[in-house]
Amino acid sequence: MKYELIVIGGGPAGLAAAVSAYQNGLRRIAIIERDLQAGGILNQCIHNGFGLHRFHEELSGPEYAGRFIDMLPGTSIQLFTDTMGLEITKDKRVHCVSAKQGYQVYEAESIVLAMGCRERTRGAIGIPGDRPSGVFTAGAAQRYLNIEGYMVGRRVLILGSGDIGLIMARRMTLEGAKVLACVEVMPYSCGLSRNIAQCLNDFDIPLYLSHTVTDIRMKNGRLSGCTVSRVDEKRMPVPGTEMDFDCDTLLLSVGLIPENELTRSAGIEIDRRTNGPVVHENMETQMEGVFACGNVVHVHDLVDYVSAESERAGRAAAQYVLNGEASGECITLRNGACVSYTVPQLIRPDNVEKAAEVFFRVNRIFSASRVSVYSNDQLIAQYKREHMAPGEMERIQLPKALLDKADGEITVACEEA
Amino acid sequence: MYDVAIVGCGVIGAAAAYYLSMYDLKILVLEKENDIAMGATRANSAIIHAGYDPEPGTLMARLNVRGCEMAKDLCYKLSVPYRQCGSLVLAFSAAEDETVKMLYDRGVQNGVKGMMILTAEEVHEMEPQVSDQVTSALYAPSAGIVNPWEYALAFAEVAVLNGVELYRNSEVTDIRKTEKGFEINAGKNTFESRFVINSAGVDSAFVHEMVADRSFTVKPSKGSYYLMDKCECARANHVLFQCPSEKGKGVLVSPTVHGNLIVGPDAEPSKDMHRVNTTAASLSYVKSAAAKSVPGIDYRNAIRNFAGMRANTDQSDFVIGFAAPGFLDLAGIKSPGLTSAPAIGEEAVKLLKEAGLELVPKVSPVQTRKKLRFKELSEDEKCAAIAKNPLYGRVICRCETITEGEIVDAIRSPIPPVSVDGIKRRAGTGMGRCQGGFCGPRVLEILARELEIDPKQVLKDQAGSYILADETKTGGMRV
Amino acid sequence: MKELICIVCPKGCRLKVDEENGFKVTGNSCPRGAEYGKNEISDPRRTVTSTVRISGSHLKRCPVRTSSPIPKNMMFELMDALNSVELHSPVKRGEVVIENVLGTGSDVIVTRDM
Repeated sequence: MKYELIVIGGGPAGLAAAVSAYQNGLRRIAIIERDLQAGGILNQCIHNGFGLHRFHEELSGPEYAGRFIDMLPGTSIQLFTDTMGLEITKDKRVHCVSAKQGYQVYEAESIVLAMGCRERTRGAIGIPGDRPSGVFTAGAAQRYLNIEGYMVGRRVLILGSGDIGLIMARRMTLEGAKVLACVEVMPYSCGLSRNIAQCLNDFDIPLYLSHTVTDIRMKNGRLSGCTVSRVDEKRMPVPGTEMDFDCDTLLLSVGLIPENELTRSAGIEIDRRTNGPVVHENMETQMEGVFACGNVVHVHDLVDYVSAESERAGRAAAQYVLNGEASGECITLRNGACVSYTVPQLIRPDNVEKAAEVFFRVNRIFSASRVSVYSNDQLIAQYKREHMAPGEMERIQLPKALLDKADGEITVACEEA
Repeated sequence: MYDVAIVGCGVIGAAAAYYLSMYDLKILVLEKENDIAMGATRANSAIIHAGYDPEPGTLMARLNVRGCEMAKDLCYKLSVPYRQCGSLVLAFSAAEDETVKMLYDRGVQNGVKGMMILTAEEVHEMEPQVSDQVTSALYAPSAGIVNPWEYALAFAEVAVLNGVELYRNSEVTDIRKTEKGFEINAGKNTFESRFVINSAGVDSAFVHEMVADRSFTVKPSKGSYYLMDKCECARANHVLFQCPSEKGKGVLVSPTVHGNLIVGPDAEPSKDMHRVNTTAASLSYVKSAAAKSVPGIDYRNAIRNFAGMRANTDQSDFVIGFAAPGFLDLAGIKSPGLTSAPAIGEEAVKLLKEAGLELVPKVSPVQTRKKLRFKELSEDEKCAAIAKNPLYGRVICRCETITEGEIVDAIRSPIPPVSVDGIKRRAGTGMGRCQGGFCGPRVLEILARELEIDPKQVLKDQAGSYILADETKTGGMRV
Repeated sequence: MKELICIVCPKGCRLKVDEENGFKVTGNSCPRGAEYGKNEISDPRRTVTSTVRISGSHLKRCPVRTSSPIPKNMMFELMDALNSVELHSPVKRGEVVIENVLGTGSDVIVTRDM
């Protein structure tokens, strides 16, 4: 059986892409989902705050996912759950495996990659010390708590002010744990401001900026304490600033990394800045007919933007299957001052209807500031911002007329107003 | 009454049990932890050394070269991941060029086959990422890499299948000489055995002194490592050593059988022989020392750091021999102990025979072990495996592609794991870049289901390492 | 004058609320922010999300939330009220678990079909 589109991943990105491809004319569509049900990580994100842009109301994660899952009946989209994608070949064959169907190789005319991301671990940030039980990524602890119904500990320290860590500070406090502190190595918080307010401040949980965990101790196999030190401008611990925390649990919320094993297996180019595939204006990767969207491309702050981006990918996959390859000259996007990446990295102006949406992140906090767009050192556009922070995704619209003026490359930079 | 009681089930105790289990003997293995291979076997460089390092004429030299020769067949027979990738000892100065020549000569005397001294150009051809400061290298094609805990598990599992009795959570607290042999207190039990093997690793001096006067002292030495993501694996195709100096063997950079890159160890004399923590200082030393060999390693791709404890002693050689009649030390087994393990196992059989242990070969002992590794199967084999057991179709560990079938196999293996890390050592779950973030909860669930225990009882690792503290919504109290 | 971070949307506006001038709010970028600022001083409220036990499903917990924000000082009381609830599968998103919970006027509702 040859599918017009195979979507890898049935989280918010994959669901939106599949539905959008269906709405744009494709009929033979399959979603490959590794979990028992669709919805992805949203199923464990039971807190509210999703969907304000998309549905103009505040939903919890499962509710947001549920609205997309509800769109599947009545379409011809096939959802393969409990199925793992193992490999994607250059000729667009998707190898996958499941207990029910066994080992299957599906052929596809187009593919959307929507595998999401994973959490950075203790090993990735190199915290020294003992190796006890009781050190969890915030997401793993969230799954135990919200899906399985278990608390991973009673006295909790949180490293990293990413949103999942902040959300878990509130969840564990409400469930009866004592959250001692949240510790952030950067001089600013990496999560949304409102999560600092409603997850830490509401419960008087202190936030230590410019601090990190420098030692982990164990007693009888379980975490028995952590040392926290202040760090200097180079993020190196300052001797003499150590504080001891008597905790049985350390949650890590120290960043997310797009999960691109399958992307690599297909030989698709990965951008070192995002850890996701390099994509065009329509979310097409460097491999013709293979698209990517959601956290597999770059880590988003809001699922609403994931949905919008994924619909773009689904629509583009439909256009590819029905009308053939997108073509035209290609503009390369570069990150200028204080911008850590842009998505897309490539824009084909001929393939842009009205405007190209560009997402990016800044690498420090900005108050009143400007986003400047240059082409070959010529300023071609400027956007005002009241506030920008690394924890929040920024976006600008580049009108088609502007793109037509650009000469081969565009640089996005940020500066104080 | 047992014929032989083995104290400590690291790779040495396990290898001794394996070779002894080929004979009609009543054998007991006592392990203080809740799983085997929890000491030096679990955290080391995972290298099969060629054997040019040890002083000619020593036990170490003989057993290392013999162990290296045995590794390939044994690993094949026992389904232990092994790869004969060869090793290079890199020289960075005229003085080190001399060391390389000296090691070559030693290797020849020790009976190491196939060695060559390479020029800097030849090194770069084989290892493009090695520092351009390299001046020459000793190439030993017989060296390799292995999965150390699977090596120990394979020995011990086969031994158990051959009737060896393994008691875990059974720390030996006292051994008394009796008329017929020895009386051993371990855990809550007392055992009697004609012979005792002391393979207690860092605790071997302590066990030795239960029956004999002090003849050696353990000088534990801690070594820290980085384990790197598979994307760093192209940094080294061979085991890359530096020249040994007074400071020790130096930091190595090596591929692992799982396709990762391992970097380390340092050597830090340790006060607490049971504490294997890493420190900022040890990790930063490892980084800077490794940069001498391979400057380009990107530590943002580290997936784990860990430390292991070497059972070094005040003796230069392994401590192998009878401490008292019937009490055999296999002690002070430092590097190259992992390589030497099967040779030490054979040696133990030989020594016990000479001391009067009657050896009647079993009629048809188990000698091999089979293990299904889903990701290594061909497409057709994968289909067949799933048709036979659908659980092979459910991938639990995404990073390493480990299926539920393999996890259940591990739980039903001859030495059933009791912890998530026990599953990791047997099936390979959680070894990858997410370090169990995704699969940890699912492995826990499968373990609880298969062992029919409350999920709260599932351990991460050693006794006491509980994962889940409380169940929610039980109407309980706030802490 | 009180300074607050607005929590009604992810933007996180920095609000200033003038208690002496009829809770006049500045710094907001939408009417909802003005309302939040005023309420946060006079009657702070939060939407609470949690789980309750469920039987007959492959999972043992079902996510729930309050249908509207409840007084902030009642969050823990609400958590206690959820302790004794047990649902039976099937349940539908939006289904009411506890009506007018603790007299707040808000319902506890299911947030996932299970």
